Amino acid sequence: MNEHTLTDQPKDHLVSALVRDEPRVLTRITALFGRRGYNIRSLSVGATEHPGLSRMTFVVTGDRGVVEQAMRQLEKLHDVVRIIDHSLEKFVDRELVLVKVAISPDSRVEVRQIAEDFRSRIVDVGRHALTFEVTGDEGKITAFIEQMRPFGILETMRTGRIALTRGSNADIPSHVYHDGETQTLRPAVESVEPREERARDVPNLF
Amino acid sequence: MTHSSGQDADQHGAGQQDPAAGHELDRGSMTGAKALWATLANHGISTVFGYPGGAIMPVYDALTFYPEVRHVLARHEQGAIHAAEGWAKATGEIGVCIATSGPGATNLVTGLADAMLDSVPLLAITGNVARHLMGTDAFQEADITGITLPITKHNYVVREVEELPRVIAEAIRIARSGRPGPVLVDIPKDIQLAAYHGEVAYPHARPEHPAPKPEAIARAKELLLAAKKPVIMAGGGSLDASAEITALARAWDIPVITTLMGLGAFPSSDPLWLGMPGMHGSVAANRAISEADVLLGIGLRFDDRVTGRVNGFAPNAAIIHVELDAAEIGKIVRVGVPVRGDATVAARMLTEGAYKLDLPDWHAQIEEWKTRTVTPTEWSAGFAVKSVVDRLRPDDILSSDVGQHQMLAAQLARFEKPRRWINSGGLGTMGFGFPAAIGAGMAEPGVTSVVIAGDGGFQMTLQELATLKMYDIRNVKICIINNSFLGMVRQWQELFHEKRYSEVWLGDSNPDFVKLAEAYDVPGYRASNAEELPGMIDAWLADPKSALLEIVVPHEHGVFPMVPAGAALYEMIETEPPRKQPTPDLSAEMMAAAEEAKNA
Repeated sequence: MNEHTLTDQPKDHLVSALVRDEPRVLTRITALFGRRGYNIRSLSVGATEHPGLSRMTFVVTGDRGVVEQAMRQLEKLHDVVRIIDHSLEKFVDRELVLVKVAISPDSRVEVRQIAEDFRSRIVDVGRHALTFEVTGDEGKITAFIEQMRPFGILETMRTGRIALTRGSNADIPSHVYHDGETQTLRPAVESVEPREERARDVPNLF
Repeated sequence: MTHSSGQDADQHGAGQQDPAAGHELDRGSMTGAKALWATLANHGISTVFGYPGGAIMPVYDALTFYPEVRHVLARHEQGAIHAAEGWAKATGEIGVCIATSGPGATNLVTGLADAMLDSVPLLAITGNVARHLMGTDAFQEADITGITLPITKHNYVVREVEELPRVIAEAIRIARSGRPGPVLVDIPKDIQLAAYHGEVAYPHARPEHPAPKPEAIARAKELLLAAKKPVIMAGGGSLDASAEITALARAWDIPVITTLMGLGAFPSSDPLWLGMPGMHGSVAANRAISEADVLLGIGLRFDDRVTGRVNGFAPNAAIIHVELDAAEIGKIVRVGVPVRGDATVAARMLTEGAYKLDLPDWHAQIEEWKTRTVTPTEWSAGFAVKSVVDRLRPDDILSSDVGQHQMLAAQLARFEKPRRWINSGGLGTMGFGFPAAIGAGMAEPGVTSVVIAGDGGFQMTLQELATLKMYDIRNVKICIINNSFLGMVRQWQELFHEKRYSEVWLGDSNPDFVKLAEAYDVPGYRASNAEELPGMIDAWLADPKSALLEIVVPHEHGVFPMVPAGAALYEMIETEPPRKQPTPDLSAEMMAAAEEAKNA
């Protein structure tokens, strides 16, 4: 029926997925989102500690019902090994952004000062532009970009948010919102599912 | 290729060696293509439907070394995949079809989408161009895995010959496990030809379905105990839980509605059966849903054709939804008690400690609704369909194509057991019925496989008459309900488009179906009125061969009851409204209009 209360307004939800490194796995996931009309605000993908497994973090916009449905549909994809719903436990999230800001002899000092206030690193120095690397949560990055905007931003690139469940949830039970125990100290995956489970008592035709 | 003995052809397929000699057969050196057949044979797959072509030739060559597997040559890849679907729907086992690259593969697309929406376990194998040509727009190259990505449960491109048996075994496991669905495996030609030195794969153990949580079952029972107007709704996911659901309904004394996909999950002879819900559902089913205070849905997905306007669906009911696929729970309707898990286990758990509800008022109300079922008594498509379906024996399989005749068959046929009703429910694929009936008929040569089709849909896959001829299939009985119209579209044009019959008149261009059948050595029969129909049905069914019966019916009958699109189930139109302006001689009128258009 998709009726939700007023408190259930569209907002950003963080969802992580562990997926097999198979051809088109990214296409499968993005096509699923596109087909069913879910909005992805950001998506970042990277390798994990397990060979053959990648981890993705999505920021999905929508009410809770939409996000639940998106997670259930994702779980059905064969190459998706596990879905981690970050609304169930406290998590840490980070985003990295590269910002190239135009500078003049007049603005150079002020730009550097702002960057220092944000604990940003300068990764490229030119006479007419400085490139900064900022890491942090979304609010900090947005604030940094807004501070730099008056000087003239030439380019930016954001990685999108990445997230992990907090290990400290195990020490602080109130950080776990769902029934039951925290999942945080369990390895995200025990191992990649064995490819072949043989059934016996089937005649070999050779 | 012809066969003198139908029995022989049915069992062994065309041009293959004696399977009794199988273990002594010299299969030559192992290749990817041979590993494919060996893996299929290991999985107990006895029959595949397909059509050869350039990029799948090594597989067809290897087939000659594997007489364990019968290949059925269809006349179009769509026919092959629908036949595989018919096989799967009748048996509950996986259907397999094969096509070549490019156009062969794209011709499977409709069938894959159909199997996806109806949760049919299906393995589609396609050839593709050699790996070094992939991505170069080579001859007959199509990105079939890209094309079918949203309409398969999963799909693969085999990248190395070493992984081929493993991929096939995994594909079969995925297709059959959980909520079934179609899986496509695309095999480049050079991999089919490559020497293979590994082992051949064996079937995976079928993963167990999750068992429902006892808390959920307990809450469901609490609701049922307090119910004053309970109703059970069983869908396609309940076909394999038929016995358990029947026991459950009888133990609690709760009436049962079976959806279009769930027909047969509950015996229709049982007084608790209310028929089918939805757009063309029975009065009793739709009224019961609208009045119910507890609705127990088992193995269904609340399709829009079932619910009507969603906020008017079961407005007074707390819904218990038993479903294997977690994504279906709460997708469309708000669910009070979600029960995720196997329908068989859930039904058994719900039956334990059942309390026979004493609800005489509710049952009396339902009996009153049941009397509002209209049985067609005058010459019409409904009359014709009823005359045919009444002749089915409990084991016979009834397939249908898509349209008015499908809804009439679903309303009028009575099924005592599951998997005797085969139709395209989710996708509504015209052309599905006839090849599906061939697949079902080949799966069960001992029963009669009847297909009811319209004059429009039959012409979409009529080339499969040649398949009947080639394999001398004797148990497929084709019934064409010929109203010279694309009847369902016409009905909507009449109701919602002020009778502007845009591009639905087939009458002047339809073939002579009897002659058409006879061109393929399939005996043809025709009936045009109620007097001659019983005799023709007798002759058609008694014919030792597969046969075609064309029943010529009036042009403009509609299917009722009907819930208009966007309306709630309780807003159904129960009987056909009287026509303000009957069209006396439609054929003449249409022909005059066509003539006029030509001259203009």
